[in-house]
Amino acid sequence: MSNTSLQATTISEAPPKISEWRHFYRVFFSRGLVIFGMVVIVLMIITAIFAPLIAPYDPYELGTGKILEKPSLSHPLGTDQLGRDTLSRVIYGTQTSLTVGLIVVIAAGIVGMTLGLLAGYYTGWINMVIMRIIDALMCFPMILLALVIASLLGGGMRNVIVALTIGLVPIYARLMCGQVLSVKNNDYVLAARSMGAPGWRIMLKHISLNCFPPLIVMMTMVLGATILAEAALSFLGIGIEQPTPAWGSMVNDGRIYLVEMPILSFAPGVAIMLVVFAFNMVGDGLRDALDPRLRGVL
Amino acid sequence: MAIIVLVLVMSIVFFAMRLLPGDPIRMLVAQSQEVNFTEEQVELLKKQHGLDRSLIIQYFDWLSDVVRGDLGRSVFTNAPVVDQIKQRLPVTVHLGVLAFIISIILGVPAGIVSAVRRGTWLDTVVTTLANLGITVPTFWLGVIMMLVFALYLDWLPVMGYTSPFKDFWESTQKVIMPVICMAIFPIAGNARQTRSAMLEVMHQDYIRTAWSKGLRERVIVTKHAMKNGLIPVVTLLGAGISQILGGQVLIETVFAIPGMGRLAVTSVTSQDYPYVQAIILILATVTLLSNLAVDLFYGWLDPRIRYD
Repeated sequence: MSNTSLQATTISEAPPKISEWRHFYRVFFSRGLVIFGMVVIVLMIITAIFAPLIAPYDPYELGTGKILEKPSLSHPLGTDQLGRDTLSRVIYGTQTSLTVGLIVVIAAGIVGMTLGLLAGYYTGWINMVIMRIIDALMCFPMILLALVIASLLGGGMRNVIVALTIGLVPIYARLMCGQVLSVKNNDYVLAARSMGAPGWRIMLKHISLNCFPPLIVMMTMVLGATILAEAALSFLGIGIEQPTPAWGSMVNDGRIYLVEMPILSFAPGVAIMLVVFAFNMVGDGLRDALDPRLRGVL
Repeated sequence: MAIIVLVLVMSIVFFAMRLLPGDPIRMLVAQSQEVNFTEEQVELLKKQHGLDRSLIIQYFDWLSDVVRGDLGRSVFTNAPVVDQIKQRLPVTVHLGVLAFIISIILGVPAGIVSAVRRGTWLDTVVTTLANLGITVPTFWLGVIMMLVFALYLDWLPVMGYTSPFKDFWESTQKVIMPVICMAIFPIAGNARQTRSAMLEVMHQDYIRTAWSKGLRERVIVTKHAMKNGLIPVVTLLGAGISQILGGQVLIETVFAIPGMGRLAVTSVTSQDYPYVQAIILILATVTLLSNLAVDLFYGWLDPRIRYD
């Protein structure tokens, strides 16, 4: 009897054999907030793509109703100081936020990872030069750096993207450099080198692929921060130019009519929070599922 | 090393401001009331501000001025930059220090409590609030707080700033909302970091030993876990300062506070070079000094990573 129970315990304690993918799937979807985040992101992407079909009015059309009309059935979120439909502008604002966020995160990812890869692989003067410039850029709060760059280049979506990309590059470069330093001493890198593989091949094929998981987590997590930064720049009037619908500038425009029409500032702010919250939650979920060191910790 | 980085920062800013499009003299001309500016007058203005010389000469002139404490004069008002900064820096320091202190006294204990009481309702409340805290756009929060507490409830003044030395009560009332807005992000960040750092420590063997010795929970948490758990949190305090400085740019604009953040926005939009350079010099110095302080503090706290 005791023998059987001992056997049973040993068997039950053996680690269950599940594939990495299934493990990822299980951890990732185990938290309600992560699922909520995924749903919000999918809905936001659908909203952005099908904005012309979903929005009740053209976001640029003046005088769709009376000026500063209170919320009603025909204008669920009322109209702004030019008689434009607020709901339609919030819906189209999704396009602006997601476009800027995605492009910045990917562009900064490519530049930052390349710099980090070079700095981590070639120690010596290359590392020295790259990392000192990164340190210099890191001295500023991202919003201030973007503010200075955006004001030098002027407003508009393209320049906001450039400014935020430069602001984000250091974060990636630092992380990537640290990753490369820890990965490059592995035996398989040594093996590749001893077989005569050229530096670029080792960097691309052997090192960078093994550095990806934390960087993917990072990308999702900073997407929220990037959307916040874009909104902040637009709020200060240095970001997306009028009349393009952008949540940050809508909050700012609504400030003048705060007492009579608080919804003008309130609604775009809620939209910003929702999308940033969703990306942060999915980032947390990805980290738990992809980065074993942090599994179950947060 | 910090000085090299600082010089690098200033050089990047100096050359970026001049090489990128935009000309403050042209803007000055465009904004001024007099309509007919001749080319000669424009050239004269450039000469007055030293903008007609070669870039390299301008650069070294400016560097030697900075070392002597002269930050130049505004392109638009011709007032010495140092005077404005002397007026505005105390305002920003006042708000920033308050926000920094609040972010520690609220954020760190919240993180500790939620780690120790993991999985309880308290943990859920703290993590949810912390997640919301890193999500909310601070400028929007400022606008909404202004609406609720100043315009609807009439509990606090709408905006503005009064020095605490002039009228302490009025000053406190005016800084409540801006300071909360600035602190919200670092409070949430500190809570999240503290929680994860403490959770990691609470799983360690020596904590289990402490439990098995029969020590009280309070002793285990304060004497054993916190000593090691809070070390990584200290490194993030430097980042907290940077976040607060970034937040001030927005919050000072929302609440019309005459500080450095507001000055940064106005001088950046009007391309007043000397101001932008001075502000960046000061911000970069503050960030570098705080990082240095954090590094030294870190080495003192944890002898394992003391620098050789």
